[in-house]
Amino acid sequence: MRKQKEKSIHKPVSLRKVLVRDWQLLVLCLLPVIYYIVFHYLPMYGVQIAFKDYYAAKGIVGSPWVGFKHFNRFFSSYQFWTLIKNTLSLSFLQLLIGFPVPLILAILLNQVKSYRYKRFVQSITYCPHFISIVVLTGMITIFLSPRSGLINQLIMLFGGEPIHFMAEPEWFRPIYILSGIWQNSGWSAIIYIAALTSISPDLYEAAKIDGASKWQLIRHIDIPSIAPTAIMMLILEVGKIMNIGFQKAYLLQNSLNITASEIIPTYIYKIGLIDTQYSYSAAISLFNNIVNIILLVSVNKIAQKTSESSLW
Amino acid sequence: MKSNKLLSSDRLFDIFNYALLGIAAFLVLYPLYFIVIASVSDPNAINTGRVLFWPVGFNTTGYEKIFADASIWNAYKNTIIYTVVGTAINIVMTMLFAYPLSRKEFFARKGLLFFMMFTMYFQGGLVPTYILMQKMHLYNTRWVMVLLPALNVFNVIICKTNIENNIPNELYEAASIDGCSHFRFFGTVVFPLSQTIIAVLILYYGVAHWNDYMNGLIYLRSESLYPLQLVLRGILVQNQASADMMGDIESMIAQQEAAELIKYGLIIVSSLPVLVVYPFLQKYFAKGVMVGSLKG
Repeated sequence: MRKQKEKSIHKPVSLRKVLVRDWQLLVLCLLPVIYYIVFHYLPMYGVQIAFKDYYAAKGIVGSPWVGFKHFNRFFSSYQFWTLIKNTLSLSFLQLLIGFPVPLILAILLNQVKSYRYKRFVQSITYCPHFISIVVLTGMITIFLSPRSGLINQLIMLFGGEPIHFMAEPEWFRPIYILSGIWQNSGWSAIIYIAALTSISPDLYEAAKIDGASKWQLIRHIDIPSIAPTAIMMLILEVGKIMNIGFQKAYLLQNSLNITASEIIPTYIYKIGLIDTQYSYSAAISLFNNIVNIILLVSVNKIAQKTSESSLW
Repeated sequence: MKSNKLLSSDRLFDIFNYALLGIAAFLVLYPLYFIVIASVSDPNAINTGRVLFWPVGFNTTGYEKIFADASIWNAYKNTIIYTVVGTAINIVMTMLFAYPLSRKEFFARKGLLFFMMFTMYFQGGLVPTYILMQKMHLYNTRWVMVLLPALNVFNVIICKTNIENNIPNELYEAASIDGCSHFRFFGTVVFPLSQTIIAVLILYYGVAHWNDYMNGLIYLRSESLYPLQLVLRGILVQNQASADMMGDIESMIAQQEAAELIKYGLIIVSSLPVLVVYPFLQKYFAKGVMVGSLKG
């Protein structure tokens, strides 16, 4: 096999030979490829309705072209800047506050000598990852209820006034971000813990002989060794900036906090499926997708230049 | 070798560290624990803050109402169908794709990887997908719930990487010399040797199906097809306990109290299956994250 490979570098193997060799692999791929074509590539063909006035009766192809009409309408709508501001501030705050938590958790867990204690903390912190977003939102409303919620009872215990958290726009972001930290930090820490456990113990031994304190071990061994993983995760997170979870924002949304909680994904859903303005919604989602790709590519470029880790 | 000063600062670090992690574990666990004890407590005691560490005034009204409600049972049944059928489809499809992608000599490997990864970055978006589902007559059917999420790029990559690392190339070489085809190798060697990764995939896909509410929200119209999460949303988030749930309760206050208990109970009833399976699969899934080092 290895010899064959070397040969193939020098002599291009004919397509027929390759097909004879690999046809079974192609057959295995058939269903998945059909799946991607039907459920992912066909909708891409439908993206053209963003440049058309879509009428169900005329179909995608038959509807008339209107150029950038829907895009212009979106850019000049009074909602535009609010949406951008809400989406970006939610994403960036989440990244800024939420991203370091699993890193810190992993580093601290790595310093725990007792295997059982480490295991115990890990098992507990993974747990909320498996709870559905609907249940999470339900729990949030229960705990933050102004009348009976635990948090407000604590506030009142200390003589404060109960806060109607879900009804105040300025509380939307803190609720969103903190509940995200609660739900996902333990799970996100796994990948860092894996990176930390792969550090050679000799390194720690050598540092300890030189009299390094635990704090120094963390600073000079742990942090540099998980930096590449962290950068990769950061790139992936930045790639999601414009696609920040529709589900949770939509569930936490109500008419009272809408000024902070209306983000692009929820707007796309409402305009598209509730108001049935198909073309307009498709245009906003295309715009969103393109911004996202630009972000991802540029962050990846920056990462490539400043370090060795990148996505591709 | 170590000075006393250093030792004591390390000591301090340890104490601080153990305490901090303990607090973190408590903060994560307590809300879950609270829901459990609140679900069997007297709603009055909950509202006045007397339920903190153990149930007060043992009470199972919430569970009784939940178990008596037909729409919840139906939604539960739907979710089980979507989860079991959907996950089975997921596993077969993922393995079918991951194996060819793991063969380094496969001529279409790079092309197919790109073909798949591209869908992660560029999507048709909500409305075009919605129109397509309608045209294909998948809209408002059970099929949309199991077919639309049939593959997940991350899971395919995890699975592919795992096959690459766990099934030595020599094994295929030896088998192919003996005349073993890819079909047979896939069926008799790759599938049986991939039990761990299949367990991980079952967990990932299964949980995703169980917790999915978005596909139901977008693509289902008939309530009889609703998955559990969609029904939960109505009760937990939008406060619409169904009228027949409250049927025999007279006063407004009693109704409100029952509604609270139903919420606590529902959280438990809906999350239980996932949380029960979780300890058994726990040893597997950390592995899954690790083999899934994201580079193709």
